Amino acid sequence: MAQAFDAIVVGCGSVGVPSAYYLARKGLKVLALDRRSAVGQGENKAAIGGVRATHSDPAKILICRESLREFSTWKETHGVDIDWKPGGYCFPVYGEETEGVLKGILPLQKSYGLNIDWVDTDAIADLVPGIEREGLRGGTFSPEDGQVSPLKAAVAFERAAMELGAEFRFNEPVVAYLRDGDSITGVRTAKGEYSAPHVVLAAGADAGRHSEMLGLNIPVEPDSHEAGITMPVKEFLKPLIVDLRPGPEGKTANFYFGQVADGAIIFCYTPKELFKGDNRESLSEFLPVLARRMVSLIPRMRHLLVRRVWRGCYPMTPDGVPIVDNVGSVPGLTLAVGMCGQGFMMGPGTGMNVAELVTEGRSLLPPEVQVSLRFGRDYTGKKEALK
Amino acid sequence: MAKAQQHRLRRHPILDPLGEPTVAFEYNGETLFAREGEVISSALFANGIRIFGHHPRDGGAQGIYCVNGQCSQCAVIADGVLVKACMTPVRAGMVVESCEGFPAIPPDDRRVEFHEIPEHKPQVLIIGGGPAGIDAAIELGRFGIDCILVDDKPELGGKLSLQTHYFFGSVRDCWAGTRGIRIGEMLSEELARHPSVQVWLNTTALGAFYDKKIGVLKDGEYHLINPQIVLVACGAREKNIVFPGCDLPGVYGAGAFQTLVNRDRIDAASRLFVVGGGNVGLIAAYHALQAGIDVAGLVEALPYCGGYKVHLDKLRRMGVPVWTSHTVVRAEGRERVERVTISQIDRDFKPVSGTEQAFDVDTLLIAVGLAPINELYEKIKQYGIPVYAAGDADEIAEASAAIFSGRIAGRRILRELGVEVDIPQDWEPLAEILRSKPGETSEFKPPEDVTARVFPMLWCTQEIPCNPCTVVCPRDLIKMPGSILQLPHYTDGCIGCGRCVAICPGLAINLVINDYDPQGEKALLMMPFEFEIAVAPPGTEVVTVDQAGGTVGTGRIVAFKEHPDLDRRKLVMVEVPDADKLKVAGFRIRPETVAVDVEASDEEDPIVCRCERVRKSEIVREIRRGVRDMNQLKSLLRVGMGACGGKTCSTLIQRIFREEGVDLKDVTVFTERPLVAEAPLGVFGGEKRKQ
Repeated sequence: MAQAFDAIVVGCGSVGVPSAYYLARKGLKVLALDRRSAVGQGENKAAIGGVRATHSDPAKILICRESLREFSTWKETHGVDIDWKPGGYCFPVYGEETEGVLKGILPLQKSYGLNIDWVDTDAIADLVPGIEREGLRGGTFSPEDGQVSPLKAAVAFERAAMELGAEFRFNEPVVAYLRDGDSITGVRTAKGEYSAPHVVLAAGADAGRHSEMLGLNIPVEPDSHEAGITMPVKEFLKPLIVDLRPGPEGKTANFYFGQVADGAIIFCYTPKELFKGDNRESLSEFLPVLARRMVSLIPRMRHLLVRRVWRGCYPMTPDGVPIVDNVGSVPGLTLAVGMCGQGFMMGPGTGMNVAELVTEGRSLLPPEVQVSLRFGRDYTGKKEALK
Repeated sequence: MAKAQQHRLRRHPILDPLGEPTVAFEYNGETLFAREGEVISSALFANGIRIFGHHPRDGGAQGIYCVNGQCSQCAVIADGVLVKACMTPVRAGMVVESCEGFPAIPPDDRRVEFHEIPEHKPQVLIIGGGPAGIDAAIELGRFGIDCILVDDKPELGGKLSLQTHYFFGSVRDCWAGTRGIRIGEMLSEELARHPSVQVWLNTTALGAFYDKKIGVLKDGEYHLINPQIVLVACGAREKNIVFPGCDLPGVYGAGAFQTLVNRDRIDAASRLFVVGGGNVGLIAAYHALQAGIDVAGLVEALPYCGGYKVHLDKLRRMGVPVWTSHTVVRAEGRERVERVTISQIDRDFKPVSGTEQAFDVDTLLIAVGLAPINELYEKIKQYGIPVYAAGDADEIAEASAAIFSGRIAGRRILRELGVEVDIPQDWEPLAEILRSKPGETSEFKPPEDVTARVFPMLWCTQEIPCNPCTVVCPRDLIKMPGSILQLPHYTDGCIGCGRCVAICPGLAINLVINDYDPQGEKALLMMPFEFEIAVAPPGTEVVTVDQAGGTVGTGRIVAFKEHPDLDRRKLVMVEVPDADKLKVAGFRIRPETVAVDVEASDEEDPIVCRCERVRKSEIVREIRRGVRDMNQLKSLLRVGMGACGGKTCSTLIQRIFREEGVDLKDVTVFTERPLVAEAPLGVFGGEKRKQ
């Protein structure tokens, strides 16, 4: 006899855990499952923890605005520190074209009430001590964005969900979905069967594996990105920095880094040629390539002692926009997948949206915005201006 | 501190004094002096500085712990940059500061020039230049194999450089009866004859990567090595236990202590206590006494000491009390150890109330075992590079076993490379014997004829792999039927040459000389002695003791014999009453240990993760909330997130899980990722910097 729940969340990462929390907050009896041994052990712990609402896609703006609100008030509301650091995002700009792109999306961003502006070179130099000034044209700064510890946030949301009665089970991979006709009625794991009228798929880079079990074509393919962290040092860097220039070495499309609340510098780059697949083992080229970029931008960073490197996956959709939707052809199934590397910052806002999709059958977002997150959309559409 | 008053060993019975401290450097605004090439931690210790900074989380005092580049407890700021004090040599004019809270990075924004990261493709990469690594390299070098051997220290030899004692094992196969320090020198000289082996000193392996490359930091420069085969021979790290005060400066590893004292000749303590009765603890205690540092006592949690009985016996003969079924329950002091409290423990290793004793000491050595340094081995294996392990990195054992295991690994690698070379059939069994733990202990039996003019007393009553006495006897009177694990057996006919006394690594052979006193009231004993003569000059009345250190009576030091062939071991002639001659195994050299009053202590919640100062109660709380994944503990508490990369606390946390009744098969351990040691970002980019 299957144990009965109101909703089952498959995947306990950046999206699944907040989804479980907001579903439980709606009064549902929630089960959250993960094949790994604890929350956040997939891509969540590989995330660097930047959270910004200053996107160029309206859906992402609205979702991340909710995430920011939740993250930044979490400590006051729940008494649990998730290392929120309100330092903003800064995009220093050296190229005319990038300046044009960033300035071009400011009106949209401002129309959603986001606090972001173009600032001059002196302002950038104040924000980013030691930055290379040759060729610097200024940049954008959005002081209300910030950083959070993904590791702490995942546990904080888990525990808050548990207080509301949600149940979490680990080391339990889903092996099959239970169906009644087209409808989904539950899941079978390696350890048992669980029934629920609603199942939320939030399996991140594993979404493809679930595609087959569900008999759906969920267009999510992971590629992998590397990151690293240094020892903690006294604070010298408030905002998270994104340098959109491709690197002269031909390996990096852009790179970004920030100083987290505990003082460490966390860093990452977007490879020019994507590493397709879900390999999570570190490569030898990462540190030499990124070290040069970081030290060339801020020479003093050469003294930072690197502590650890890792590799995590970006669950990518063909158009670079997530899928957050009820699946019409499979009643009871809600997808919250394909976060394209922004699952952590999208997590709470997506979780709220998932709870609404499950309980009310509709999105929190206005229909004209929600359309970009639809499962059945045309994925060959135009890509986002700023990713 | 004036140079003359520095805490340096001026005299040592075995080791030569080192040069005078002539290198001026600055520490927190004061001018101090270091010896040429000395690491910062030793220079600070020599100048009486034991506290190297205070932790950002709780202001806890920080000092040395491993003195081996593994733990990062000794971080200081040298010329503006955070470094491990135990791995960084002092340079003239260096400005060193204690690390108070989080370090700042210097606002030094001159542009940096980068060069390409050099890549190398040797046939074999050997990580670790201790006994196992060197011996493997020699085997490979003999066949001209293109090897790179890396070691993080400025000299080859690994921990051989700390081992001032004569080695056990087999004379023919691994230099038994020779001091470890000399073996290190001989092996290094031998290796230098093989030009196909490049030796990279001051080179730390930082990590293995999926693309089959190993990153190393060589003299401050980053290199990538892409070998066909790797041998991991990077030894062991000292295990650790948790008790209130375990984080105080002054609590540190026995190996760390040997590094300070034997390698760097630092007068590191005035009086110490040892936790752990394995060979490391027993030998470290003896080395302390040799350096003129008093040893108040030693505790061992098991009902017996696991180390060689000859090491235990020689310590007890010196007058060091050894408590088995005891452990340390507390170390106390203001920012450094001033007192330790020990207690008897029951079968479940729980302290027995009312059995506490306290001792005033300034240092507590932890010698509770060694763990292989094998994280690189595991990664390299995972990434599909053919990899071997040898020495302690493979299995913890004596250095004699490490030498031999390196030799076997070398041959195996040769065969994998297609070199037709034999591995002699008797090597594996011998390696097994050299690795073996002590066997049976028998009752001591004197020779059959105790009226002979002279005869040896073999106070060697426990089966250990050792045979020098059988090799040196010119009349071949000492025999070991079967393997070198057997006890030596003497048959009558001794001529009194004393060679067995002079060579026994356990200092467990004395001669009884019956024809010393025409009246027959006194007998003369010849004993090995590895202390300064000043400890008991001729004429001194001494308290004589039996094999286990119990008082027998009194004796008188008559004379010392010294000879260049003895490599600084002295033979001491002691006159004892004839009636005592079959009982006396040695004489005491230290006063009785006096306990002080045990006081109640308020600090009972010990630090488990030293890097992040996480206390046991915090970990217990999360385990009781249901956490079973150590990576999640990391998220919550930062355990294992510090500079050592979880190397120090990982097993301690597993022990807490067990104490809480959690089956370890339900516990997920820390995920291992590069790097295994920290290095500056600029260096990874190809910036060359001086070490």
